[in-house]
Amino acid sequence: MRLVINKIVLLLCIFSAMIGLAFLGWILLTLFLKGLSSMHFDLFINDLINGGLRNLIVGQLVLAGLASLVGVPLGLVAGIYIREYGLGRYADTIRNLSDIMVSAPSIVIGAFVYAIVVVPSGGTSGFAGSIALAIMMIPIVINTTDSMLSLVPKELREAGMALGASKYKVIIDIVIKAAKVGIMTGILLAFARIVGETAPLLFTSETSNYFNLDLTKSFPSLTVSIYDLANEPLQKSRDLAWAASFILTVMVLIINLTGRFLTRKKG
Amino acid sequence: MAQNVMDIKKFSFTYAGAPAPSLKNINMPIEKNKITALIGPSGCGKSTLLRAMNRIHDLYPGNQYDGRIDLLNEETGEMENILEIKKENEFIRLRQKVGMIFQKPTPFPMSIFDNVAYGLKIDGIKNATELKDRVETALKGSALWNEVKDRLKESAMGLSGGQQQRLCIARAVAVKPEVILFDEPTSALDPISTGAIEELLVELKKDVSIAIVTHNMQQASRISDFTAFMYLGDLIEFDKTETIFLNPSEKQTEDYITGRFG
Repeated sequence: MRLVINKIVLLLCIFSAMIGLAFLGWILLTLFLKGLSSMHFDLFINDLINGGLRNLIVGQLVLAGLASLVGVPLGLVAGIYIREYGLGRYADTIRNLSDIMVSAPSIVIGAFVYAIVVVPSGGTSGFAGSIALAIMMIPIVINTTDSMLSLVPKELREAGMALGASKYKVIIDIVIKAAKVGIMTGILLAFARIVGETAPLLFTSETSNYFNLDLTKSFPSLTVSIYDLANEPLQKSRDLAWAASFILTVMVLIINLTGRFLTRKKG
Repeated sequence: MAQNVMDIKKFSFTYAGAPAPSLKNINMPIEKNKITALIGPSGCGKSTLLRAMNRIHDLYPGNQYDGRIDLLNEETGEMENILEIKKENEFIRLRQKVGMIFQKPTPFPMSIFDNVAYGLKIDGIKNATELKDRVETALKGSALWNEVKDRLKESAMGLSGGQQQRLCIARAVAVKPEVILFDEPTSALDPISTGAIEELLVELKKDVSIAIVTHNMQQASRISDFTAFMYLGDLIEFDKTETIFLNPSEKQTEDYITGRFG
């Protein structure tokens, strides 16, 4: 009897896993078929105004890159603070807040930045978009930094102190080095997460049909343009949206896989 | 007359938030160039006592010390109470004089050379040749030189457990401490590595004084000159190792070393 139950449960588990994987496979398959058929080299040398995606890809990377310039150092330092220096309730409060921030709906962050940056500055801009993405990124980096540092055995810290190193020396020379791979992976995954975001950019950076590196103006964004293009009646626009989705997915996939590869290599 | 490098007097210790002290009224010396073993059942406070000797407890706030632990100042020949230390640079000096080895090997995530050089660099030694010499001497002193001399640039994480522990000893020895505290240094190692570490300890006592916490009574009797038996936060008996093992004056000590409890 127990053997039968065991088999049934096993079958149920496999079945559930298959359903989950089937949808994932379906999404990827659709993307590949639709995306690949609309892919061609011209997409990478023309801007959207000429039917290409160049400005959008560059724009999206610039937005996410700038957000990382702000988000990574802030998140790192905050993560180090709450794990290494923070005491008791104060650090716990920050930790809990950052947990909540990770799951904050991204459209809310977009609306927040719209209210505090876009409205006062009089229009959508690359800056506003980067700020929204940075706000999304900080708690993710805080959380991974915090949990990666918590994996460093306390004996390693004690051994450093026992050699006469001061606390900050131990943290910089030893603890962070020991957690380096994990922290790097966390940063990559956080980058992969924000590089594919639409909602925080929708009414902060907006998007642009032209090649633009001026951060005070509406900034080209791949994700927002996918949203726009998909709503247009022209078949050509929708094909372009598929191609853009495909490129975005490949980008995120590559970053994710790099992150996972790094962790694997460590183990 | 034998000289004490450390002298623990009426020492009590209470962990942060604990209702009762974990160590009560401990009195014992650590003699110069001798090995002093701390034995006793789990929870008796032997590690707590050891960790007070370089005040590594202070990494975690709120612990309370009473009494005194005197450390010999080699330059002036006077005893100084380490429990009075408050400033960061005094802590650094204390820990340079009183090194520590842990139960699990704690190699830093850097090369073998950098591991041993770490304490030296903190000490302010920048000269490359001097660093090289000191690292070599320390590795030779820890009987590790022949095994690692061709791969000093490689990561220390690639060494075996026993080698890692000897590396940690080399790292501690390199800064020329007066005392090295060993907190069950062989309990994570196989018998052959344990043997190597024990030989090393006996060799090391020419230059440093050693306090070692061990669960292994054979180990205590093999290598130590003095033994302290502790039980439930009290120091029950302190004497020459021979006396403790062959002719203890307390019944509890005899019961423990003959394996009747603990």
